[in-house]
Amino acid sequence: MSLPVLSIKSFEDSLAAHGHSELRAGGLTTLQVNVGKVCNQACKHCHVDAGPNRKESMTEETVEQVLTAVRRFRIPTVDITGGAPELNPHFEYLVIESRKAGARVLVRHNLTVQFVEGKTHLAEFFREHRVEVIASLPYFLAQQTDAQRGAGVFDKSLIALRQLNEVGFGLEETGLLLNLVYNPVGAFLPPNQAGIERDFKRELLTRYGVAFNHLYTITNMPISRFLDYLRRSGNYERYMQKLVASFNPATVEGLMCRDLISVSWDGRLYDCDFNQMIELPLVNGLPQTISEFDLAALIGRRINTANHCYGCTAGAGSSCGGATAS
Amino acid sequence: MHYYEEDDLERFGEIGKHRPDLFEKFMAWYDAVQQDGALSRREKALIGLAVAHALQCPYCIDAYAKACLEAGSNMEQMTEAIHMASAIRGGAALIHGIQAHNAVNKVSM
Repeated sequence: MSLPVLSIKSFEDSLAAHGHSELRAGGLTTLQVNVGKVCNQACKHCHVDAGPNRKESMTEETVEQVLTAVRRFRIPTVDITGGAPELNPHFEYLVIESRKAGARVLVRHNLTVQFVEGKTHLAEFFREHRVEVIASLPYFLAQQTDAQRGAGVFDKSLIALRQLNEVGFGLEETGLLLNLVYNPVGAFLPPNQAGIERDFKRELLTRYGVAFNHLYTITNMPISRFLDYLRRSGNYERYMQKLVASFNPATVEGLMCRDLISVSWDGRLYDCDFNQMIELPLVNGLPQTISEFDLAALIGRRINTANHCYGCTAGAGSSCGGATAS
Repeated sequence: MHYYEEDDLERFGEIGKHRPDLFEKFMAWYDAVQQDGALSRREKALIGLAVAHALQCPYCIDAYAKACLEAGSNMEQMTEAIHMASAIRGGAALIHGIQAHNAVNKVSM
């Protein structure tokens, strides 16, 4: 989906104004694998437009091509996302084989998928394979969480978090990492990451007895379902103006596209998961599919940008690992 | 057309069209006040929201409601701040009842 016409300074112009004539990747440390758009939830801010009615799901053949790249190029980190990635039939195979290849494996986990039939063992599976769990929880109260993620999601999420705690996730002494993701529940920017992490730790522990390691603040991207919300609610123009006005050149160095590559359910390569969703491909001349994956060609590549990229440079910055600048 | 236009908040900088030196001084002070200090930005945003309600300034209410969200506050906390402002305004009115008592006592037998 393309953005509606809006008179704002282009992202490229903002970069250029701060001495970045073009955005280039550094090394490539993370392969982010979007295994499909199937999800048991349909969150209002979802940039994937994921949901229970989606059918797109990575095939076994494409999973094998991903694993070939992971093994051949010794990719340090495999970051598995979706949809609810656990609903892909080859998810566990991808995790197990990536771990065998020596990769650190992150799974972007919506928590409630633990209640889907056949998925109740996930906490134990994550523990067994020492997966780093990155779980979505936009707020420590039910009203905000349910407003974004659906009725009853908060209560289920708490049960799922307790199950993860019970097998050792989120507890300092185990080394099993459980990191949470905060997304604003509406058309505003995230708060200071360290401050809201303190609030989450205090409130989740005292109200619900839940522990976790770190909180990542992520800005909602003006694409897909969140873009629909912005337009419907009359917030689009102000939100974009806010993102542009909040452009922080200190975030450019740490932009996640500079050290990751994103692969879609159908095996195509993108600079990030957001570019993937708006089908903004890698620039011409680069490998375009996972079967053509070539580390040397992708390192230092020119990154394809558009105005949604302002979402990653606003304020303290935003990435799949949270804020990128203080 | 209303007396208060939402878009006018974005035009605040136009105040600096005349006597820009004074406006710049105001903005430097205003920005400095917002920073983390002995009080956090979040606490300051809640104070801002409370004062905005006490002043009943629509621009400030709009700005500080969003500032509170962006500082991580929730509606429970923001509503408590608004009640604080309202309670103090109510109390300030009520304590003046003593003035009325004094006035009445002065002219009464």
